[in-house]
Amino acid sequence: MADTHDDATRRDFLHVASATVGLVGTAVAVWPFIDQMNPAADTLALASTELDISGIEVGMAITAVWRGKPVFVRQRTAEEIATAAADDKADLPDPQLDADRVQKTEWLILVGVCTHLGCVPLGQKSGDPKGDYGGWFCPCHGSHYDTSGRIRKGPAPLNLPVPPYAFTSDTTIKIG
Amino acid sequence: MSGPNFPNPIVRWIDHRLPVFTFMHHEMHEYPTPKNLNYWWNFGSLAGIMLVIMLVSGITLAMSYTPHTSMAFDSVERIMRDVNFGWLIRYIHSNGGSFFFIAVYIHIFRGMYYGSYKAPRELLWLLGVVIMLLMMATAFMGYVLPWGQMSFWGATVITNLFSAIPLVGEDIVTLLWGGFSVDNPTLNRFFSLHYLMPFVIVGVVVLHLVALHRFGSNNPLGIDTKGPQDSIPFHPYYTIKDAYGLGVFLVIFAGFVFYAPNFLGEPDNYIPANPLVTPSHIVPEWYFLPFYAILRAVPDKLLGVVMMFASIAMLFILPWLDRSPVRSGSFRPVFRIFFWVLFADCLLLGYLGAKPASGIYVVLARLGTAYYFAHFVILLPLLSIFETPRPLPKSISQAVTSKGTAAVIAALILVGGLGLGGTPAKASGGDIPKQDWSFSGPFGTFDRGELQRGFQVFKDTCAGCHGLKYIAFRNLAALGYNELEVKAIAAEYEVLDVPNEEGEVLMRPARASDRWPSPFANDNAARASNGGALPPDLSLMAKARIGGPDYLYALMTGYTEAPADFSLSDGMSYHIYFGGNQIAMPPPLFEDGTEYSDGTKATVDQQARDITAFLMWAAEPSLEDRNRMGFKVILFLLVLTVMLYFSKRKIWASVH
Ligand code: FES
Repeated sequence: MADTHDDATRRDFLHVASATVGLVGTAVAVWPFIDQMNPAADTLALASTELDISGIEVGMAITAVWRGKPVFVRQRTAEEIATAAADDKADLPDPQLDADRVQKTEWLILVGVCTHLGCVPLGQKSGDPKGDYGGWFCPCHGSHYDTSGRIRKGPAPLNLPVPPYAFTSDTTIKIG
Repeated sequence: MSGPNFPNPIVRWIDHRLPVFTFMHHEMHEYPTPKNLNYWWNFGSLAGIMLVIMLVSGITLAMSYTPHTSMAFDSVERIMRDVNFGWLIRYIHSNGGSFFFIAVYIHIFRGMYYGSYKAPRELLWLLGVVIMLLMMATAFMGYVLPWGQMSFWGATVITNLFSAIPLVGEDIVTLLWGGFSVDNPTLNRFFSLHYLMPFVIVGVVVLHLVALHRFGSNNPLGIDTKGPQDSIPFHPYYTIKDAYGLGVFLVIFAGFVFYAPNFLGEPDNYIPANPLVTPSHIVPEWYFLPFYAILRAVPDKLLGVVMMFASIAMLFILPWLDRSPVRSGSFRPVFRIFFWVLFADCLLLGYLGAKPASGIYVVLARLGTAYYFAHFVILLPLLSIFETPRPLPKSISQAVTSKGTAAVIAALILVGGLGLGGTPAKASGGDIPKQDWSFSGPFGTFDRGELQRGFQVFKDTCAGCHGLKYIAFRNLAALGYNELEVKAIAAEYEVLDVPNEEGEVLMRPARASDRWPSPFANDNAARASNGGALPPDLSLMAKARIGGPDYLYALMTGYTEAPADFSLSDGMSYHIYFGGNQIAMPPPLFEDGTEYSDGTKATVDQQARDITAFLMWAAEPSLEDRNRMGFKVILFLLVLTVMLYFSKRKIWASVH
């Protein structure tokens, strides 16, 4: 067939329009197949966890699960609170005041995932190494966190994050 | 290399080292195609596109599916309810299987009519039959994965076919099962193979295309192209024609996906697999029905299986049974008649495959089977000798014929009708009266007031015995309750908590994210409190029975006094519509059995309508989304198809 004729028809408005509409339709049709990988409705519904903290004594900690991640809930001793506050002035890689990291000074609530590459730091149980600053120590690549969960030494760039939470009563918190 | 001269330097650079562009140019643009192909030739590319759609939807479904007997059914329901667009992807996949077969079957019949299996295209044809066989195996294993009743019993029946093999049959079946019955190992391996086979199909499709491009397409005249005046480049002529055909095909496909997604399926597959109870009427998917009819037509186990496979073997040896030198049926006056008789015979067998194997149906199935084989082994060889073909035209350009779109569309409708015939059980729910529902029809929506009243009936009346396990309290927001109301409803119920520090498992008030708690601790407790009968979970009830919501309404309202001459068994109630006229469930609804908070008078009829609407919502919560999206999608496809049609006319104007 005559090529010149082909080229003339292919530039035709109708063909460009059909091709455009077809491509746009295909592009839109791709979205459901991508969006299905996002969290499903039941996963999102589990986005908050309620926790009874009445059993945690001073100086003790428990590990709760929130969105599949460990959450450290610790009732700090007066000494730990004092160190944390004093260290506000220390040379912090990720400067933050202890007061900004807690709602009630005795309760420290953190997402227990090392900000380096995602290991769970040690320091929850009484026998665990707590690192050079008396908080947590990540055994994977040696990050040290203080009694406010702030990064002090090691490869981790940021403090242990504080999850969104609220005290629903004196003895229960809702995380998420 | 004498490749085409590409203007783009990057393309040139790549093509020099990896000649993909030359290849594409050669196979698409230069590839000479007979200029007289009619619309029946569209179905090859349609089948290819369906394969891609099945791969994409299948791979994405596998991301949320769990191949374990205790979780498979639930994971499919989770896909339908919780995964983003999960219902859409699953309905695309389940209906896509059927449409893949529609395209392939039409493609095969086209090849048979126009003699596309004849020299030099025998291998092309054989590869095509291999693809069909692989598709059948893939479809069968895929149907097992949702682990519903039909999945389970289909798997049992089909794997047992192999037990007909003498001596080693039983061992082979045990090997297929990985145990002594269809069970978790079977499900696991079927999932693995169902995932693998489509890629094998892709491989054979590539071979099919290589073989096709060796001699090019056959054509409606069945004569060879004699030179450039007989052919046109594939692109743009057939790309646009295929695109237009695809538009039409997708409109019909979308019609099923959005407005009749369960039409081609079986209600029984919304009942979780139960190895102890076989459904009263088991049927394979429609695309297996003709073969199933042949299997059942033969009264001997081994012979039945042999005949069924032989019916496919006929296609393998077809090129050597039909010795007529004329390819196209258009020039074979007698063959042409028998071709259509065979086509009708296949439809008849398909119809019979869905009927119970008794009485006249068996006789007809035997006749149909006999004719099927006679066509191949007697009629075709004889026709090759005795038929006088009409004279062939000298060349394609001399006699360009063109069959209208109308015939193709008529055929699609016919196939749709076959699906209808293939599911006669649905139509024969005849004695259940049809009701008007706000949610039926393409623009159907749920009536929130009705749903809330129905939910009240469920709470007050049904929930004492029946579960609703796929509904979480949070889902009730769809009924029009706000967050606080949902929480308050949830708090009325208790669910098992996680073990506390002492290791005790206590109850806690339910939260919005919890699913509806079962009224009984386990199935045996439920049976014990209900005179031995297990009250079924109601989440899927509106989809799991023939007649759907009409059935539920009839069930609720069909109680009457037993006629004097009817002997009721102990603990049963007389029922007009229920099978055998007696049912273990006592009449559930009473005048004012519920006090509606909106002040509606709670007649039995009102309650029956409300609970039915509620259960329809529970079974198909995506219904409104589906209707709305379907409208947009089909509108879009119609516009696109019209545009493609005019583009096609314009491009083809120079040929005609
Ligand atoms: S992950 Fe914790 S230090 Fe690397």
